[in-house]
This record gives sequence, C-alpha cells and structure tokens, in this order.
Amino acid sequence: MNNIIQGREVCIYALDESEALLLPLVGSPVNAGFPSPATDFLENKIDLNAELIKNPSTTFVAITNGESMIGAGISDKDILIIDKSLPAKDGNIAVCFLDGEFTLKKLKIEKDVIWLMPQNPLFKPIKVTKENDFQIWGILTYSIQKHVRTY
Amino acid sequence: MYALIDCNNFYASCERLFRPELNGKPIVVLSNNDGCVIARSDEAKAIGIPMGAPAFEFEQTFLQNKVHVFSSNYALYGDMSNRVMSMLGEFAPEIEIYSIDEAFLHFKGFEKYDLSTYGSEIREKVTKGTGIPISIGFAPTKALAKVANKVAKKYPGLSGNVYCIDSEEKRIKALKWLKVGDVWGIGAQHEKRLKNLAIHTAYDFSEMNSSWVKNTMSIVGLRLQKELQGIPCLSMEEIQPKQNIAVTRSFEKNIKDFGLIRERVSTFAVTCAEKLRNQNSCCNTMMVFVLTNPFRRDLPQYRNNLTMQLPFPSNSSIELAEFAEMGLRKIYREGYEYKKAGVMVMNLTPEQNKQVCLFGNTNPIHQPAMQVIDGLNARLGMKKVKLASQNQGRTFKMRQEKLSPYYTTRLSDVIRVKA
Repeated sequence: MNNIIQGREVCIYALDESEALLLPLVGSPVNAGFPSPATDFLENKIDLNAELIKNPSTTFVAITNGESMIGAGISDKDILIIDKSLPAKDGNIAVCFLDGEFTLKKLKIEKDVIWLMPQNPLFKPIKVTKENDFQIWGILTYSIQKHVRTY
Repeated sequence: MYALIDCNNFYASCERLFRPELNGKPIVVLSNNDGCVIARSDEAKAIGIPMGAPAFEFEQTFLQNKVHVFSSNYALYGDMSNRVMSMLGEFAPEIEIYSIDEAFLHFKGFEKYDLSTYGSEIREKVTKGTGIPISIGFAPTKALAKVANKVAKKYPGLSGNVYCIDSEEKRIKALKWLKVGDVWGIGAQHEKRLKNLAIHTAYDFSEMNSSWVKNTMSIVGLRLQKELQGIPCLSMEEIQPKQNIAVTRSFEKNIKDFGLIRERVSTFAVTCAEKLRNQNSCCNTMMVFVLTNPFRRDLPQYRNNLTMQLPFPSNSSIELAEFAEMGLRKIYREGYEYKKAGVMVMNLTPEQNKQVCLFGNTNPIHQPAMQVIDGLNARLGMKKVKLASQNQGRTFKMRQEKLSPYYTTRLSDVIRVKA
C-alpha cells in the first residue's frame, strides 16, 4: 500500500510493491568512544514487505470487524494480508464473500459442502449451500495486530 | 507469435472486485468531473447506455435500471492495471504495455508451445490472482492479435476468452467476420471511403490492391494491410489506439541517472502534448512507466507504472511535462539500469470548451481559466504559464460524487471483513 500525494494540481497514486520498508536488524548499544562492532553488519535489514508479501501483484489488505476469529489470534480491527492467488485448502483462513458481505472464517471443506468455521465459541459454524451467494475471495497469509497502548 | 491481452470491462471489473454483490448488475463509470460515461459493464451496454452518454441526461435511465454509477477512481484502476501488467510480464520474454488495460506479449521462441493451452493458463492465473478477467488473442502479427482478441472476447463460451489465429483458415475466417471499421487503426474517414468501394470486412481490405492502399492510406495503412495478411511489420509505437497517444522509447544504452530519465520523460510528454494539439484534443489521464531490460537477467529488474488523473483536461506541453515529472518521481528507484520509459495519455476529449457545452456539467470556472492559460501559453512562454498552472490547484476541485474507496492504495479505505 502506498500513500497518496495530493498535489496542488494532480493526485498521484501508486501501489508500492517495490519500495522496501527497511528496519535495522541489529540494534547494539552504543559504547561511547568505541566503534560499534555491529556497524559492519548494518547492511542487514529486515524487509517486512518482502517477508509478508510473497506475491505483491495478488496481495490485498483488509481490516477486520468483529470477534469471531479470536481463537485464531485475530481480533477486531486487525490488518489482514490476503493473497488471492493461493488455492483454497481445508484449514486455511479465508476472506469469503457471503450473501453481500465479506467475512473471515476458517475453511472446512468436505466432499459436497463447505463450512465456515468461526474460532470463537460464541459464534456458530456457517454451512454454505447452493442458495448462498458465495465466493472465496482470498486466502489469509498474515494478520497484524497492534499491541502497544498509546493512552 | 504475439498476444494481445486486454482486461474485460476493466473499470467496471475493478469496482466489482471489491463489491462482489455487483456481479451481474449494470455498472457505469463516469469521466473526470462526473461528466459522461467512459466505461460500461456488459449489463449497462445491454440496457442501451451509449459510450459518452452525458451523466445528467441519463440520470433517469440510471435510476430506472438500477445502474450503479461510479466516478472514475484512477488510484484503483492504475493500481489494478499495475498488478495485471506485472503478472503478464512474467509469462513472456517481452511485454509492451499498450494502454491502462491492454498489453502485447511477444512470444519469441515459443514456436513449439501450444499457445492456446498456455494462454488459458495465463488467463486463469491472472484472473484468479488479480480478480480482473482478461481476454487473450494470439496471432503471428500485432494487428492480427488484436483481431484474435476481439474473437476471444466476443465468443467467451467457445473460446474460453482465449483465441489463437494459428492457421490460414482461421485468419481468413476471423477477417471475414470483422467489419472494416473495427480494424485497429482504420478511422471513420477511411471506413467511409472503403465502404464506397464495397470494402466491408477486414478480409476485403486485406485483399485490396496494395498500391491503392499505400496512395490513399499512406505507409501506415499499407503496413496494417500486410499485418492482416500475416506479415509482421509493425513496431509497437506505430499504430495508436483511437483513445490513447503513447510515446515510448528504448534508450540506446541503460540509464541510471534520474536527471537523464527525467529529461527523456519530459520530452515524451511534450511530444504527447503536441500530438494532442494537432488533433484538437485534450487528455484527462496520463500514465508514466519505466522499466529495466528484461533480457539482462544478470541485472536487478524493476518495472513500474503509474496512472494519474489530471484535475482538468490538458494538452499543454508545460503542464503535461510537469505531470509526467511528478509521476516519474513517484516510480523512479535508484540503483536500477533503466532501458525504457514512456508516457501515455488517455481519456481523450475534444479541446476544452466542447466538453462544457456538450455536457453542461462542470465547474464553470474551468473553461475561462483554461483559455487564460492557453493564452498565456501562446503569448508569454514557459515561465508565466507555470505560474498560472501553479495557481490552479486552489481553484479546481474535481467533482467526484460517486467515488469508490481507494481499496488498494490507502489503508483507511481497504475492505472491511466481518470476523
């Protein structure tokens, strides 16, 4: 994803799959007066874009709304990384489109039926039948949750 | 062999990807400032909404038929285009991006491949991965690939959206099917003239006396005729689609330096502007792209393109050069050796005033301001116009009442998923 430059006379938009987000891998305490031995290794960076997004062309981002997947470690307002190119396999968590809305559930694929399995005892499994307007939109590869409290 | 790949109802498909409930429903997308219809889903075509329909005039039709109306969202379309093009680039040694939703692939050295099967595989992977359905036409020349693509699109049931002109029989059959006015590069004037000579199909045209073609339609027409006969003779830049002007060049040697690429890209933009003024049209959208040499597997590879929606239609060299530079700054990355760059202008509309009186839709400030700019342009030269163009930003606010979210480029706009 990428920010949008709102210029005076033009709006520029781009998906950015190329600009790496680089975080230093080594953080060593600085000892005043001595050169840090870590400086030699500073070219090692973790590129989270590259780590989390293997297929940039087919990867999309979404945000959750609800608690039905807390058992899978996914909470309300988490960021989802979704790859549309991956095959839907039993046990994967998928973004599905069901009767007019997107929903995130674990797939249970049986011979003639697909179950959407919430990961929270307060929610019931959903049986998908031919009557439903249903589509497996993409497969969840990662979810990102904010833990720090800033208040 | 060449392939022409194009995205089916591209803008509508982009909107539907994030609103799957709109599958099977009529959709139209409006031009800048919500002026007129620039894209339609099949369902909207079936209702009889014409291309270019003024939005205000068709308001009732939209309501009665429950047509979903969208302002053009180039953040979304440009990003989705980029995804499709990046995927396509992986399937062939050479790709030429031809417009926001079309590209040629050159399958050199694939003679022993079953291209129909390969095409189906490409189609399936791209359509699944990006969510944008595509059609593919294979043929020995670019002009024929364009024809094959039309067949693929017209008969999805038979072709599976992939069609291959790989025999003389298929070539003749396809050309006999295609009306001469629908041939790539044959405009309305030539169509009229040809029809007077009882030339009705692409096949009739391909069989015409070549010296007549050369005399009447110049060398461009002659090359087109040869291409339809199956003799490749068009390089990519030679024929422009009716709605785009592209200036793209390969550099003589690889360029790393931003300043040098900027100089090239500005020049391309100025050339586009000149061509626009020549045909009395303005562009509403610009695409800038850069790429490294895909044959140099030993070098790091990078390609990117960016589509910008201009806040007003323009054919001013200075403005377009500025936009192109802004775009280039956004996609240029240091450390790569660039082989090629290009500027493409799209969504052409007749020069300024026409849009306002035809569709009576827009901010009335536009027209006089544009005339002032053009006047300055002519009288005072570059610097003054730059000033004028810088002041515009505050005056012009695009009308986009039905804009969909920036689903793919802004975190606050991504889809919400019930969990």
